[in-house]
Amino acid sequence: MAFDYDKYIRPGKLPHIWCPGCGHGIVMKGLIRAMDSLNLKKEDTCIVSGIGCASRLPGYIDCCTLHTAHGRAAAFATGVKMAKPEMNVILCGGDGDGTAIGGNHFIHACRRNINMTYIIMNNYIYGMTGGQFSPCTPTGAKASTTPYGNPDPGFDIAKLAIGAGATFVARGTAYHAAQIDKLIAEAIQHKGFSVVEILDDCPTTYGRRNKYRSVIDMMNRLKEVAVPVKAAEKMTAEQLEGKVLTGVLHKVEKPEYTEEYAKVIQRAQAAK
Amino acid sequence: MAKKVAFLQGNEAAAHGALYAGCRFFAGYPITPSTEVAEVLSAELPKVGGKFIQMEDEIGAMAALIGASLTGSKVLTSTSGPGLSLKQENIGYACITEVPAVIVNVMRGGPSTGMPTGPSQSDVMCAKWGTHGDHPAICLVPASVQELFEETVRAFNLAEKYRTPVMIMPDEIVAHMRERIVFPEPGEIEVVDRKGPSVPPEQYKPYDTSFGDVPPLAAFGSGYKFHVTGLNKMQDGFPTTKAEIVQAEEERQVRKVEANKADIMKWEEYLCDDADVIVVAFGSTSRSARFAVNEARKNGIKAGLFRLITFWPFPEERLLELSKKVKGFITPEMNLGMCTGVVKGCIEGNAPVLGIFRVDGEPINPDQILDKMKEVK
Ligand SMILES: Cc1ncc(C[n+]2csc(CCOP(=O)(O)OP(=O)(O)O)c2C)c(N)n1
Ligand code: SF4
Ligand SMILES: [Mg+2]
Repeated sequence: MAFDYDKYIRPGKLPHIWCPGCGHGIVMKGLIRAMDSLNLKKEDTCIVSGIGCASRLPGYIDCCTLHTAHGRAAAFATGVKMAKPEMNVILCGGDGDGTAIGGNHFIHACRRNINMTYIIMNNYIYGMTGGQFSPCTPTGAKASTTPYGNPDPGFDIAKLAIGAGATFVARGTAYHAAQIDKLIAEAIQHKGFSVVEILDDCPTTYGRRNKYRSVIDMMNRLKEVAVPVKAAEKMTAEQLEGKVLTGVLHKVEKPEYTEEYAKVIQRAQAAK
Repeated sequence: MAKKVAFLQGNEAAAHGALYAGCRFFAGYPITPSTEVAEVLSAELPKVGGKFIQMEDEIGAMAALIGASLTGSKVLTSTSGPGLSLKQENIGYACITEVPAVIVNVMRGGPSTGMPTGPSQSDVMCAKWGTHGDHPAICLVPASVQELFEETVRAFNLAEKYRTPVMIMPDEIVAHMRERIVFPEPGEIEVVDRKGPSVPPEQYKPYDTSFGDVPPLAAFGSGYKFHVTGLNKMQDGFPTTKAEIVQAEEERQVRKVEANKADIMKWEEYLCDDADVIVVAFGSTSRSARFAVNEARKNGIKAGLFRLITFWPFPEERLLELSKKVKGFITPEMNLGMCTGVVKGCIEGNAPVLGIFRVDGEPINPDQILDKMKEVK
């Protein structure tokens, strides 16, 4: 039986704004399947985003949704979660939103290990504003502001998250659609700050400038570069050249922020 | 029973005023000369089950504040000039999304890092024009420790009542001086809570103007699901670019404050009735002004003090009225003419407005004001 996405889609809010071939919709469907598999109550779930094409996602989902300012999702979400720790708080947004203007909030949410899940749709570009390079655009790639090729080195979002203290980090791709819900569901169940990076595509502003003739080309690339972590264990460094690991990359237990703050409250009240 | 009396610093009084008003969430980033507000609340909030978080910067602090307010908490942040500049992004967000929040901004010298420990009154324009776009502005400028406590309570009431961010801007002198304060009993000062929805979740719209210019605000996590965006929105909270809706919503957001000016504005008139010369002042400068007015009266000069307690909305109509019977206004302020310009703008040229401006980190003393009075003919 086909999955019923309508259960979590806001009535009357489709069609979405995304271009044909954009990967963001694939991620949204994955998120909905994950929410359904965990039976998340809509009124107890808050989805928070910044600004960008990816950040339009919450508007389509029938929960408490907060479409904030560019890069600020993690900070707004931190306020929601601190004030109401019993809510499920899920963040989503693009690579530019999360790692450029929002980079500071991102690393500090990782450091606090506050129990929220952050889905980053990494299409290597600022899609919404017409294809300027982001901190994730590959060196040498063409963007509207790198007409001679991108001189900047890029971020590895997963490594950044691990280095900053996130306790669950996973990576999937828009091509491997069936895996997305599993990664997101595991991330939501993890206690602490969890990051799920989904390698995505923007045919409109990235593909056409970088010699991808079609969306299929872009999807094929995702298929080719992705190597599941398990498979990678048996591969040589040479074989892994140019590949990207997918699956759960990092999972550790550390004290969670809202629980630690609950202890602060206990200490303050005991001292009163 | 005798009331609780204490000898408090202004910033401490602001923190206690917030607690009196029911504040349960603080997010901030340390900055002189406002840090004591955060320090007091880091100790006091957890005692009452509230939350305190020190964020990574002021942008994040203002963001966290709005997130927490949307769950139904009463929220406060405190900052000073450079931090206020960073908060402006999300102050605008709170304006357009109509989320209550209170911001204490202790005025120090600027622009930029300026004079971190020097007093100033140069952020009052930033309270109105600091964030981009048309938006409502409420800014309170208390002059004593007691008043800072009471106006902080009022700031929360106004934020909750009008669903909008409210700024309270003591200058550094008011924020750092110590004075005797009498704590009001619980219930003695009115405490206002935001209006919640009266309709079931299926019918709820976060900007439902059938309830008036200030629609009820539900809390995230209370059974109500809704969308909040910084884009121009419709009554159901979803973005729109429809010209007539955008125009009407923008006008409503400003109108909810402008049409309720009488409820929001507060000022004190001291010896203004028969005055030939009126000193318009606020914050610590108004204390020098009062002294100068008393001295002038001893010397037979009919001087009065018009003390602003709200800077925005500005009491334009009342000053216009007074301008018809005075020989001149004197506007001492620790900036280069911000209040002076506003006074000139509302009195239709009826009287000269003589400014006294100091931005050297020194307070304006009564002698300067007395000297200026001699220029009013
Ligand atoms: C403060 C601010 N600066 C710049 C912008 C313009 N802007 C809107 S979306 C965007 C980039 C979004 O890129 P990304 O987060 O990667 O999302 P995508 O559109 O690629 O999904 C930019 C720069 C803005 N809205 N706000
Ligand atoms: S511009 Fe790119 S990121 Fe934006 S909707 Fe189109 S394909 Fe997706
Ligand atoms: Mg992008």
